[in-house]
Amino acid sequence: MQQIVNFIIKYKYFLFFLLLEFVAIIFTIQSHSYHKSKFVNSANFITGGIHKRVNSFKEFTYLKVYNEQLLEENTRLKNILSQRLNDSIENSIEVIDTVKYFQKYSYLFAKVIHNQYHNKYNYLTIDKGSRNGVQPDQGIINSKGIIGITNSVSNNYATVLSILNENSKINVRLKNSYYFGSLSWDGDDYNILQLIDLPIQANITKGDTIITGGKSTIFPEGIPVGTILDFTKENNAYQHINIKLFNDMSAIGPVSIINNFDKAEINVLENRVSNE
Amino acid sequence: MNDVIKYFILFFALILAQIVVFNNILFFGYINPLLYILFVIIYPLKKDRGVFLLLSFLLGLGIDFFVNSGGINAAALLFIAYIRLPLLKGLLNKNEIDFPVFDVNKLPFLKLISFIAILTFTHHFIVFNLEYFKLGAIFTVLYRTFLTSIFTIILIIFSLLLMNRGK
Repeated sequence: MQQIVNFIIKYKYFLFFLLLEFVAIIFTIQSHSYHKSKFVNSANFITGGIHKRVNSFKEFTYLKVYNEQLLEENTRLKNILSQRLNDSIENSIEVIDTVKYFQKYSYLFAKVIHNQYHNKYNYLTIDKGSRNGVQPDQGIINSKGIIGITNSVSNNYATVLSILNENSKINVRLKNSYYFGSLSWDGDDYNILQLIDLPIQANITKGDTIITGGKSTIFPEGIPVGTILDFTKENNAYQHINIKLFNDMSAIGPVSIINNFDKAEINVLENRVSNE
Repeated sequence: MNDVIKYFILFFALILAQIVVFNNILFFGYINPLLYILFVIIYPLKKDRGVFLLLSFLLGLGIDFFVNSGGINAAALLFIAYIRLPLLKGLLNKNEIDFPVFDVNKLPFLKLISFIAILTFTHHFIVFNLEYFKLGAIFTVLYRTFLTSIFTIILIIFSLLLMNRGK
């Protein structure tokens, strides 16, 4: 007994060091797995507050880019709206069909207050939290494409698992056919992602547009992602399909959070199927 | 000034400086110097080692909270905090380590540089290894360690010079 006590006293710093190092490694391993509500995240009062302050200064340098993005989106939406107007004039009989009024998605405006793109596991922080109705596992997009999925949520802030993260896998498909695959990132260039698991039957060429597939409850179908930059074929399968994003992941300001009203219903249904 | 308050301020100032300034530098698109390890270099040797280890751990964890990196910075900073004393003992003669009055700035220049360089390289190597977490990425890790370390070492030397002039 005396010897054990002596041992502990003699090596107390080393044991203390081992204990803390063990804790740090646990946090690290946890951060490398796809895991919701981690202990160490920037969606809390202090880190969120400081990121917000810093961002309010940085924002000025990007105002021009953000304005152009918003202008582009406005024009696109106005074009869609004017087409719709024509359609409704053509069949001018007004029918109020309540079935058609079932809204599937709603969008919430948010600002990215901390953006990362140079690490291997990147996260963003946005300035909306559970007080504004944000939940984990909601999609984040801007006018030019997808950005990520919400991860940890606090009262006023939320972290977003960026598409520039090894753990991120997003269902996407070709715009001109219904073959789908997953979007992932190899950690190299922050504007080039990889499309994996695309079946060989799909005919692709350089410049084909990739959009979201809508096979999950997170992103609606048809949100633009990017275009095919290059690809290689090996052993009768596609290898390394590189996708150039429409977005510039280094300059992201205003974003929309997608809320899917049918999510709970779909999840219940899918759970029931998997339990049977 | 009271030592406790001084190092308390240094602790928070380094976190803030790292988050607000140095994490936004992005030399060549991806190099961010990690200046916060300055804490381990200038924290006095005579203070209790347990407190020093705990503070290093918390400082690293503070950085991790901001950048969502789990415990990467905490693990690396704690490690160099632990090896600091053995390293100094190895670098210096016995009579040079005079605990109560030991001051990094009074070290001979070459020894100071090697002390800083070894700590920085070790720290950055652990950080990038934990970030990539794959043996296959060893060349990327070494490359990034090397480039980032150069910038960190230059910044640390500059800050030491500045702090000396301030006295």
